[in-house]
Amino acid sequence: MCGIAGIIHRDGTGDIGSEMTRMLQSMKHRGPDSSGFALYGPPGELLVMRIKLADPNEKRDFGWAERLERHRDEVEHRLAKIGAMVDMIRSDQEYAYRVTFRYSGELKPLADYIEDVPGCEVLSLGHSLEIIKDLSDAESVSQRYRLGGFTGTHAIGHVRMATESDVDISGAHPYWAYPFSDIAVVHNGQLTNYHMWRRRLERMGHRFQSECDSEIIAVYLAQKMDDGLSLETAMKQSLDELDGVFTYLVVTADSLGVAKDEMAAKPLVLYESGELVALASEEVAIRAVIGHEIDTHDPYEREVLVWNR
Amino acid sequence: MKIRYDARGLAEPDARPPKIATIEAGRAVFDADQLTTRQINLELRRLVYDEGIEDVTILNPGAKHSIAVGILARCKMSIQGSLGYFGCGLIDGPEIHITGRVGWSAAENMMSGVVLIDKNAGSLTGAALRGGDVVVRGDVGARSGIDQKGGTILVGGNAGMMTGFMLQRGRQIICGNVGGGLGDSMYDGAIYVGGKITSLGVDCVEAELTPADDEFLARKLGIYGIEPPGAFRKFVCGRKLWNYDNLEPAERKLVL
Repeated sequence: MCGIAGIIHRDGTGDIGSEMTRMLQSMKHRGPDSSGFALYGPPGELLVMRIKLADPNEKRDFGWAERLERHRDEVEHRLAKIGAMVDMIRSDQEYAYRVTFRYSGELKPLADYIEDVPGCEVLSLGHSLEIIKDLSDAESVSQRYRLGGFTGTHAIGHVRMATESDVDISGAHPYWAYPFSDIAVVHNGQLTNYHMWRRRLERMGHRFQSECDSEIIAVYLAQKMDDGLSLETAMKQSLDELDGVFTYLVVTADSLGVAKDEMAAKPLVLYESGELVALASEEVAIRAVIGHEIDTHDPYEREVLVWNR
Repeated sequence: MKIRYDARGLAEPDARPPKIATIEAGRAVFDADQLTTRQINLELRRLVYDEGIEDVTILNPGAKHSIAVGILARCKMSIQGSLGYFGCGLIDGPEIHITGRVGWSAAENMMSGVVLIDKNAGSLTGAALRGGDVVVRGDVGARSGIDQKGGTILVGGNAGMMTGFMLQRGRQIICGNVGGGLGDSMYDGAIYVGGKITSLGVDCVEAELTPADDEFLARKLGIYGIEPPGAFRKFVCGRKLWNYDNLEPAERKLVL
């Protein structure tokens, strides 16, 4: 089933960490397997990278902690080697880290080099985007990663009921459009031509870390934008090129978009006001962040909408 | 802020009616803001079945799911706000007025009564409807009245794709525009459209309006005070997919 949510502030910033937590927690019944957040803080000079070095549900042997430590040092060592000036490494969980650094080169060689460290996956990389995802419900993930008070302009989130792949961090949404900075996607649905698109994108040199069909949407859109299309045009093309049922949300450094498939098979409720736009699989999620009475509507089939902050 | 809402109701297997309604001169009012889905429905049942109240008002439903489901008694209900998914399903008798919007699958499998929605409705509105009137003053999503077997669905605004998909009996009146695949695979019944049609579905054809149709439209729109959009067009089943008599001779013998 899965639940997706998005929020964008049109006039400045908000506590998007707490807002997204409330939105996702109110849709807990749509997906208890994992929860994920893509949050956009104020963009800065530094790059922010979120990585995981192991999975929370993997078997822990005697050398587990020691190995993680070694791998963490290896990440730091490799960053220095490729020419990044590390600002700070923070550990949110023993297996999940937030790294900020100064770097002016290409992102792909850096991300590839870091992911080459055993067990490592780069969850997000950009000047503003941070992806936080883990097993269990939104409130516990938010607490464990201290997301309350995260100030920013826009965010998307996802609660997952796994249907297509494993229950682990790699299978959790949102997906970063590896290696394009600051682009992420959450998706509710199933893609039926996933394997074709995965092979096509792999031939173009892209890497996929999970068996989850949603992972290709982010890369598909980012590749089109890199080829010179606008976000909206890329999304419109996806309506014809991606098969299956889907409602997906996509975020870039300054916009939030939504697309619905031609069968309108997956729900989405939309609330728009002068200050913010909020959208979610269920209206209860929107009401969790807006205190007053609201009017909402459902976008129709084949609708593509984009808002800028 | 801790979210206490659990749509599945698993967190409260032994819920009891909260008994918070104010009852005055045969009318009951209660605030659903702090109540769970189970508590709201238990309170509603207590009022309608145990107390015999015939006029209930629910305040602040907060778009919760599965509210006012399975009420099998004649009564009036006013829901001041919006409902989530599966609102007012499986009802037989009540006249329900919702001042906000509803999510997907509202008034699903309704047997009789009226559900009047002041704003928009999601997809699958009036799915498998058997009788009564479902009235939406705003827009509806896709597949309204899928598998409808009776009753009337009246929409003041626009409707999405596949409206009247597999319609078997009953009527739909859409005052605004409709999406693609109107009346796809419908068996019988009629769909009246006031606005533009994107495309017709398989085996759905246009028919001529009769004086009986005009009378029906004027009467239904009149009851709910909906302004007619001008001329209506009528769509019915083309009966090309009606293969009921083409049974194999052997099977036919067996059946007859």
